[in-house]
Amino acid sequence: MTKTHVSLTVNGEKKDVLVDPRELLIHTLREQMDITGPHIGCETSHCGACTVDLDGKSVKSCTMFTVQAEGADVTTIEGLGSPDGLHVLQEAFKENHGLQCGYCTPGMITRAHRLLQENPNPTEEEVRFGMAGNLCRCTGYQNIVKSVLAAASEMNSAKEAAE
Amino acid sequence: MSVAKPLPHDAARLHVTGTARYIDDIPVPAGCLHLAFGLSPVARGRLTHVDLAAVRAAPGVALVLTAADLVRPADCSPSAHDEPLLAEDEVHYAGQPIFLVAADSHLAARKAAALAQIDISPLPAILSISDALAANSRFEDGPRIYGRGDPDAELATAEIVTEGEIEIGGQEHFYLESQAALALPQEGGDMIVHSSSQHPTEIQHKVADALGVPMHGVRVEVRRMGGGFGGKESQGNALAIACAVVAQMTDRPAKMRYDRDDDFTITGKRHDFRIAYKVGHDAQGKISALVFEQFCRCGWSMDLSLPVADRAMLHADNAYWLEHVRITSHRLKTNTQSATAFRGFGGPQGMVGIERVLDHVAHVVGRDGTAVRKCNFYGAPADRSDQGALPPGGAAASPQSISAKAIYNGTRTPYGMEVTDFILDDLVARLESSSAYAERRQAVAAFNAQNAVIKKGLALSPVKFGISFTLTHLNQAGALVHVYQDGSIHLNHGGTEMGQGLFQKVAQVAASRFGVGLEAVKITATDTAKVPNTSATAASSGSDLNGMAVRAACDTIRDRIAVFLAERTQSDPTDIVFADGMVRVGGLEMPFAQAAKEAWMGRVSLSATGFYKTPDIVWDRIRGTGRPFYYFAYGAAVTEVAIDTLTGENRILRADILHDAGASLNPALDIGQVEGGYVQGAGWLTMEELVWDQTGRLRTHAPSTYKIPAASDTPDIFNVSLYDTPNAADTIYRSKAVGEPPLMLGISALLALSDACAACGPCYPALDAPATPERILAAVARARGALP
Ligand code: FES
Ligand code: FES
Repeated sequence: MTKTHVSLTVNGEKKDVLVDPRELLIHTLREQMDITGPHIGCETSHCGACTVDLDGKSVKSCTMFTVQAEGADVTTIEGLGSPDGLHVLQEAFKENHGLQCGYCTPGMITRAHRLLQENPNPTEEEVRFGMAGNLCRCTGYQNIVKSVLAAASEMNSAKEAAE
Repeated sequence: MSVAKPLPHDAARLHVTGTARYIDDIPVPAGCLHLAFGLSPVARGRLTHVDLAAVRAAPGVALVLTAADLVRPADCSPSAHDEPLLAEDEVHYAGQPIFLVAADSHLAARKAAALAQIDISPLPAILSISDALAANSRFEDGPRIYGRGDPDAELATAEIVTEGEIEIGGQEHFYLESQAALALPQEGGDMIVHSSSQHPTEIQHKVADALGVPMHGVRVEVRRMGGGFGGKESQGNALAIACAVVAQMTDRPAKMRYDRDDDFTITGKRHDFRIAYKVGHDAQGKISALVFEQFCRCGWSMDLSLPVADRAMLHADNAYWLEHVRITSHRLKTNTQSATAFRGFGGPQGMVGIERVLDHVAHVVGRDGTAVRKCNFYGAPADRSDQGALPPGGAAASPQSISAKAIYNGTRTPYGMEVTDFILDDLVARLESSSAYAERRQAVAAFNAQNAVIKKGLALSPVKFGISFTLTHLNQAGALVHVYQDGSIHLNHGGTEMGQGLFQKVAQVAASRFGVGLEAVKITATDTAKVPNTSATAASSGSDLNGMAVRAACDTIRDRIAVFLAERTQSDPTDIVFADGMVRVGGLEMPFAQAAKEAWMGRVSLSATGFYKTPDIVWDRIRGTGRPFYYFAYGAAVTEVAIDTLTGENRILRADILHDAGASLNPALDIGQVEGGYVQGAGWLTMEELVWDQTGRLRTHAPSTYKIPAASDTPDIFNVSLYDTPNAADTIYRSKAVGEPPLMLGISALLALSDACAACGPCYPALDAPATPERILAAVARARGALP
């Protein structure tokens, strides 16, 4: 099969890859770029473990062909922060016990990040519905919701302080 | 001390940055093969022709194996040696692996597997409980029967006899990380296996067996699982064996992860049950006799079905005194996935049975369900209809009024174990008050009186769950602890981490024993080369067993340091104190790191193993008598729901939980277990529905058709607290196991839905599980007397 050349930006870095036309973005990220933060939970767009941010939208990277991401700007969990420099949301998930097995966590945080861009001051219900496309089998979501709300208030007070 | 602190999960920093590695994230050496199984589309039949030419010719394919190609038979069963890795002459369920493809990518292997031409001549498949009963298709020679007293005679004289039956569906584990394994061939025929498994020792054992090498030739490592819930106790065997067999044949690394559909289709789930009951009781709802018949659908192979069905029998009492009781358990063999361990291990199904009985009895006698439950509690005042409640101690009651009847309910389980740690009277009383149960009962009734379409329901249900493996020899654990000369500590034990926070809890124990901060302790992957012959991390026993084993190892090293330093100061080694990062003895005081260094210089061994076995347990599973459990864990939940009587749609509005984790090792992790367990239990009983078609194919084989709770499905108000009281049994820092028990708090959601249905009419709604909208509509119709 002839491969297609795709250029895209991932976590601020320009990447050029050769892909099969049917290759999914999640596979390109994980197998060609060694970006393994986004996980595979279902490969059918239901669990959200593979969630990335693409041109300002939350996208399940198992639902998209890599060729469709030509020219796109992609951010994965790795682009939000690192173990030595946690993003506010990452810190909030850690401190509020928003994870157990951790498999859903990168997708959750990536989704939460976009949710808070769309709605910086969400109610608890808005968080619950805004995160409903990301499944977690361990936590019962209580601490995930708490983490997102804690991060929102942290980010808002930082913004106020800056103004 | 670091125990009892609400510290984050040990790998939280790695998880939030996406740097925690699961099997599929481990970089593989060049030349790694990727595996996929070819599955049977037929539930039962004889393999007449297997043509794999197209599979072999597919791009990227390196190797294709059928059972006949295996050098030696490979078996995956954890119990009866009845699960060949690849089907031999017959297939036994739709989804059974028939052949194995190894290719240069995951996708190439899966695509190739789809090209097989397989002819199967179908045989009559036994799919349902009724099919199996008709064909007398079962495991063991006949049903197991536990009981005591004379329930038949008591039923004959009971004031009221109530009968019924409940269907309880199974449950897919839906661990977010599907099953996965990676085998790395080593020099001299040795094999290293990374497996997403709750039971590394079993993986080692089964892989060694399949490779024809001693167990010392196989090393299994498990750093973490992306969820397990019992589904990775035995169901990972096939992948690990497949990888190891291919790695041995090709001398190349081999990796396998199930695609989600394959995972649903191949692996076992929670056992579905039918439970029939006949209960004798009085007008207050006090039970005098109870007969249960439990029908358990086990699937095609034995797997762990016998102990699962045993545990269902052992929880048929839940929290209630059953003086005259008989529990009959049928373990039925069907042509479906082999049902397996799932959080609670049969206990939840047994408990749903008895809670259904209480719900039905309360409806018949027209009393509040909680009042009926309380008068049946172990050790409760014997509230017989002609006497009313007797005061504690019975002092005010004259001997005549007591007559021949007991003052209190008994405290012995149907299997003869004395319940000595019963705390539900106080726990339930506290929960009733914190959840404003009585007021809300009235508010729900008032709401229902005013609303014809939306009906609310409210229910409280308790949990009493037995802690220990019922297979007594499994109640053992080992640990390995090293202290390095810089005072840093390497910790290893036989338990596995699947998100429950075991590693952190055990590290907290180690840090507390040495009086150091948690940063001094390195938590390392479970490894069969470090701690051998471990039990599965299951039965909620992880921190009980491994915490004690680690304590023993730490204390051995502590004692050696104590003797060494005490000798130098001419003091008593038992006076030594390890606290706040310091070691103090006989006027000498130094940082722990210095103590470690000096001990090393003084040629003191700073490495030790630890071992623990649970005391006092004995169990005869054939007779059904003994003390199978070291202690019980308790809890209770109040759930409020609303249903739409036109569509059957429903929501959980509020849940209040008080749960007993003893003196919690880590309250934050424990509350997480409680919240997650409740949601998973409520999901099982309300929305998670497994559907097999008439040919035995599972039609709900992906999240598109199988619905687990999402963030938007959980209660709007969710209050969770721990009943913070030390365990009466001598466990690690008097904590209690907390993995499984909270799942059964979710039973209150089913009961609340039943209560809402009952508000629609005069009859008992007899709501089955899962309470999907269809079943709720049927139950509403039954309540109205419109359905039998
Ligand atoms: S893996 Fe993409 S949504 Fe599940
Ligand atoms: S933490 Fe395990 S799936 Fe969310």
